[in-house]
Amino acid sequence: MENKPIVTCAGDQGLFTSLYTSLAQQLPREPMEWRRTYGRAPKMIHLEANFVQFKEELLPKEGNKALLTFPFLHIYWTDCCDTEVYKGTVKEDMMRWQNSLRAHGSADWVIIVVETNDTKKKNKTNILPRSSIVDKIRSDFCNKQNDRCVVLSDPLKDSSRSQESWNSLLLKLRTLLLMSFTKNLGRFEDDMRTLREKRTQPGWSFCEYFMVQEELAFVFEMLQQFEDALVQYDELDALFTQYVLNFGAGDTANWLGSFCAPVCSWNGLLLRRPIDMEKRDGIQRGEASLLDLRSYLFSRQCTLLIFLLRPWEVTQRALELLHNCVQELRLLEVSVLEGALDCWVFLSCLEVLHRIEGCCDQAQLAANCSHTVGLWAYATDKLKSLGELCGLVSEKRPTSEDLNRTVDLLAGLGDERPETVNSLQSPYKKLKEALSSVEAFERHYLELSHAAMEMYRAIGRLRSARLVGKSLAEFYMKKGDPERAETFLQEALKSYVSEGWSLPVTHTRKQIAECQKLLGRTEDYLQTSALLAGDVNLTTEERKHFCQEILTFADKSEDQSHKVTLSMGVFSQLTRLQFRPATASVHSGAVLQVELTLRCLMPVAVHIQQLAASIHFDLERGGTNGRSKGNQRQTNPGTVEFHQGNSSAGPPSSSAAGPPLELDEIQDRSPSDNSLNSTGVVCKNTHLVMRLHDNISLPDTPNCVSPPAVTIQEGAQMLKVQDVTLEPGNNSILFTAPSGQPGTYTLRQLYATVGQVQFVLPHIYPSVQYEVYSQEPQLTVEPLSEPLLAGLPQMVKFTLLTGHYAVKKGDALQLSNTDTMPILPSTSSNWMLTYSNLVGESALFIQSSEKVTSISLPATPPYHTVEFLLEVLCIIPSGSDRPANESPAGVCPQMSIDCPWSIYSTLLALTFYIPFKTKHSLLSAGNRKYIQVCVQNMSDVNFTLAEVKLAEKQHASLELQSLNTKTQQLLCSKHSVFCLWEVRWKDDLPSCLQCVFSANFSPLKQDVSAFKPFHYQFQLERVTTLYSVRAEISPPAGEQHCRSGFLCGLEVCITRLTEPAEGEMAEDSKTDTDGLKTTKLMYEVADSSSNWAVCGKSSGMVLMPMVADATHKVQIEVMPLFAGHLPFPKIKVLKYLPHTAAVAIQPDPDSCVENDSLSLLDKALDDQGDTASIRSRGSVHSVGSGDQQQKGVAMPRLEPFSPGQVFNHSHTQQVLVLPATDDHILEVNAT
Amino acid sequence: MAVCIAVIAKENYPLYIRSVPTQNELKFHYTVHTSLDVVEEKISAVGKSLGDQRELYLGLLYPTEDYKVYGYVTNSKVKFVIVVDSSNTSLRDNEIRSMFRKLHNSFTDVMCNPFHNPGDTIQSKAFDGIVSGMMVQTASYT
Repeated sequence: MENKPIVTCAGDQGLFTSLYTSLAQQLPREPMEWRRTYGRAPKMIHLEANFVQFKEELLPKEGNKALLTFPFLHIYWTDCCDTEVYKGTVKEDMMRWQNSLRAHGSADWVIIVVETNDTKKKNKTNILPRSSIVDKIRSDFCNKQNDRCVVLSDPLKDSSRSQESWNSLLLKLRTLLLMSFTKNLGRFEDDMRTLREKRTQPGWSFCEYFMVQEELAFVFEMLQQFEDALVQYDELDALFTQYVLNFGAGDTANWLGSFCAPVCSWNGLLLRRPIDMEKRDGIQRGEASLLDLRSYLFSRQCTLLIFLLRPWEVTQRALELLHNCVQELRLLEVSVLEGALDCWVFLSCLEVLHRIEGCCDQAQLAANCSHTVGLWAYATDKLKSLGELCGLVSEKRPTSEDLNRTVDLLAGLGDERPETVNSLQSPYKKLKEALSSVEAFERHYLELSHAAMEMYRAIGRLRSARLVGKSLAEFYMKKGDPERAETFLQEALKSYVSEGWSLPVTHTRKQIAECQKLLGRTEDYLQTSALLAGDVNLTTEERKHFCQEILTFADKSEDQSHKVTLSMGVFSQLTRLQFRPATASVHSGAVLQVELTLRCLMPVAVHIQQLAASIHFDLERGGTNGRSKGNQRQTNPGTVEFHQGNSSAGPPSSSAAGPPLELDEIQDRSPSDNSLNSTGVVCKNTHLVMRLHDNISLPDTPNCVSPPAVTIQEGAQMLKVQDVTLEPGNNSILFTAPSGQPGTYTLRQLYATVGQVQFVLPHIYPSVQYEVYSQEPQLTVEPLSEPLLAGLPQMVKFTLLTGHYAVKKGDALQLSNTDTMPILPSTSSNWMLTYSNLVGESALFIQSSEKVTSISLPATPPYHTVEFLLEVLCIIPSGSDRPANESPAGVCPQMSIDCPWSIYSTLLALTFYIPFKTKHSLLSAGNRKYIQVCVQNMSDVNFTLAEVKLAEKQHASLELQSLNTKTQQLLCSKHSVFCLWEVRWKDDLPSCLQCVFSANFSPLKQDVSAFKPFHYQFQLERVTTLYSVRAEISPPAGEQHCRSGFLCGLEVCITRLTEPAEGEMAEDSKTDTDGLKTTKLMYEVADSSSNWAVCGKSSGMVLMPMVADATHKVQIEVMPLFAGHLPFPKIKVLKYLPHTAAVAIQPDPDSCVENDSLSLLDKALDDQGDTASIRSRGSVHSVGSGDQQQKGVAMPRLEPFSPGQVFNHSHTQQVLVLPATDDHILEVNAT
Repeated sequence: MAVCIAVIAKENYPLYIRSVPTQNELKFHYTVHTSLDVVEEKISAVGKSLGDQRELYLGLLYPTEDYKVYGYVTNSKVKFVIVVDSSNTSLRDNEIRSMFRKLHNSFTDVMCNPFHNPGDTIQSKAFDGIVSGMMVQTASYT
């Protein structure tokens, strides 16, 4: 548009023409700041102008509001420099000009006086009044407005002065122009507002107002203020919209009537012209329809937006406009031919898109798909509904009615606009072509659909793309092309399923079913039908229909070989599985029942010919006992609950996210000793789980789009039930599981056969197992009460687990008798036959012969338990018979049992504990001898001990006199009883005594008959007392008592009491030179409690003549270290045995071993021990030490006497020792 | 005010969806489902620029000839979608916002119920009541 603000030029036209070019060029060169009224932001503006010759007609008449033709500035040009000329003609002309301006109320004028050197030269004489002409003009015309007269100097010269004057002129012009704008536009706006305020008055017309405001918009546009121009249109838009809304609310404006006229032209938007004058004229005349007004308004907005470089706003506004128009027509109840609006929208969409394509390059378009895609989709939508309306979307040709409708629609389009007549791809041509034939329609529709889908995909709006795809599929279905439709439907379904939108799923699936039926994909169709039959979103009738489809197919018996396998999940769900018995573990041959709970999803009862579950059989493995339990829910043993996501409705729970992991435990055991090497968990369905990650299909869920290929694994063994009717809802089916072979049975698959159709559940998860075991007969013998005591009758429990062996009548257990453990016949014994609970009880039949005891067993079926009790007695072995290595506490008599099921004997070992522990000891008092026996009760039972006896076996002359007073004695648990006998003899005491201790015992509080004997044998040797030792401590001379710290004398007197016996003579004596037999004794004074200090030698050797009453005295000095009653130091007498081979060293007859080699002194007195002493001492202690003997150094030995052989008179005797002095201070510490 | 109100889980499955003209239920399901495209687009666009300080209200998702679809996303990526009849022009942006706020509050109450299993569809009567309230008002307005 070449609209520019009009500036009129009066005066010297020739002068103006000469300056016009440079003026027009230079005026817009620099921007001016335009300050606005009403607080609007100031703007920088480049001013242009359209200079026209001044004519009276150009001046606006009263009431003419046109702004476009409004002259904003009036210029009077003159180059007059002659006062005369000025006065004569120019002034007059100016006056006329001024008057006409004033008459029209225009105050925006300027007078330009051009001065050139030429003119100056011409009038040399009148140089002086040069300025006076300007002054004159100023005084004549510009009173108080000096700036209304501008001088332009030498405009055609290229001098700085000329430039300067140009600049000031231009600045002046710009300023004046802007002033004029501000003033005139302000006035205009005020008028416009006033007009707008009148809109409630009757007779107000929107169209009139529209023209007024648009005038303003035009001016803004003229001034390149597109933003402001757009605002004007937006205001108009909003005003109109508000009127329409008010109309809807019942507030009708009269002028709106014209817009409510029926729509008779729907030729779409026209955006190729800057101003659609046709429509504008219509609006001006008040004849425009709503669509015309909207179209015009939008075309103007579009133009301005494109000027503003905001094409994407156009698309957005376009979509809004189209939606809005449709709504407004509806609201205004404008009658529109059916389909006309669709045409209008379709054309408009394409027109907008064309317009945008026209002003953007390809890359920009591609990057802004998101803005245009809405229009594409809308156009597609509209075209589709047009196609349906005109009968173009069907397999048949359009009917004549359709054709009539098409003709009507095309008529409303009118002729093609001249702008697009020559373009091949105009929206008008497209629509006409599309409506002309079925084929053309299909082509155009597909083109649009694909374009929309691709754009949606490109911007990531996949759901929208799928929705378009679905709509395309519907089109294909109507065209009778299900093959192409299916892919789109499947894709859409997949998306709905994966996001869990049940209603769209159902709807799409229904379409797929139709599609599959047409395609003849029986299997898929049945699968989909099954899904739909179980779909709660459908009505019962629909569900029944789909169920019937399956049943009808199933009943077709023509082709037996053609079986269809479907996924079980669509038909019914396995919800629970229950084992009876709950342990899911039975012995082979036993009855194991499995109860399945199936939730049938069908709307009607379905008769099933066969329901079967295949079983995987595993030979029994070691250590698998605990496994079946591990797989089951702990809370409810024997019951497995199957949790599944809802079939089609509801959120895709975690289970729908993929097939559940099937995990199994593995144990790697070492082949040699069955020890565990490693253990772990394996996933058995890795292939399914992993596949999920590759493509996002959900193979194992009933929701899946295409049913998974179900493979039937025919197992050798099956759980089978024939002819079941599954009612809708939960059904319980009872199977009897095979339990022939021992091993682990895993339920793998479930099949339901309905005629030709088989529903298969490919994996039962969590995996369900049961075990069948086989057991060898087992006999266990255990004590009824622990521990078994020897010597008393004890009850022993026999438990026989029959296992797989059936005990026949007449079968018996053969027990071999042993002497140490006879079986006591007892009448009270019964056998008990049990199988999980008590079955029978009857008397036990025992037959005893010399060697064998035979116990008859009752006839017992396998896997039962027989229990009975036997009473046995273990005889306590008497002391000497006891084998040395056996533990004295227990006896283990062995018994062998022959069982009827085995050729081998079972060895039975029971441990009996001897209740008593006996100890004996010999006590002496001088020559008199006593024997003490201690019986200790080791058991937990209290006993009565009676008839305690001690007997000597070999020497009849010996008399053992009992010193025990009680005949019966209580022997409590863990306590001891001591018995004592004095040994009396007549002539000679035998050196060796063979004694037998015997007693009767019975558990406490039992009668006499229950007494059992107990024997204990022992042997005593070297009984006779050989020496007596007597010690005496004498106080120091002159003292009455010993004092601590003072030496006392200790006299030890050793006396031989008996004649030497024969054995003794040979053993350790030697004959002296004078024929007297002597023996060497070693004495030793040792004080372990440090009461005494032995001074001098503490030990020594005495040579003892082997005759009765031979005495040897030894004097030793000792010193008491404490005061009080001190026990005597201990005196030990030992046998001194010189080495038999030794000949070298003869001990001094004086009996004193000088070298101290044998002294075992008190440590305190043992001063510097030389090497010899250490060596010799070592030899004493390590008898037979290899080193010493090899050297051949003969060393004497010491040997203690047997307990009874030496009697110490002064044993435990005490002597009074006084403190050394009295002035001891007793320190008492009281704390 | 609304003709359809939907609550959609983070994983894009419907937690709750109700529409007023029940015969058109399917259409609304499709509409709401498709609107998720725009919701995702808006979330990702906003997420980049503002981080966690984002506005929950997403505004008009897209207009159709008959309906206007508005969106709202909680911080836990639960989406609320309200579909309003296009002819219902009395509704301003602010009113839509307040509807979403109300819906959000009620939804929070549902989530606070210890017996509600997050991720399950909403079966709360209180929530139903709030939704009904928003829908009933429609009837009085138009």
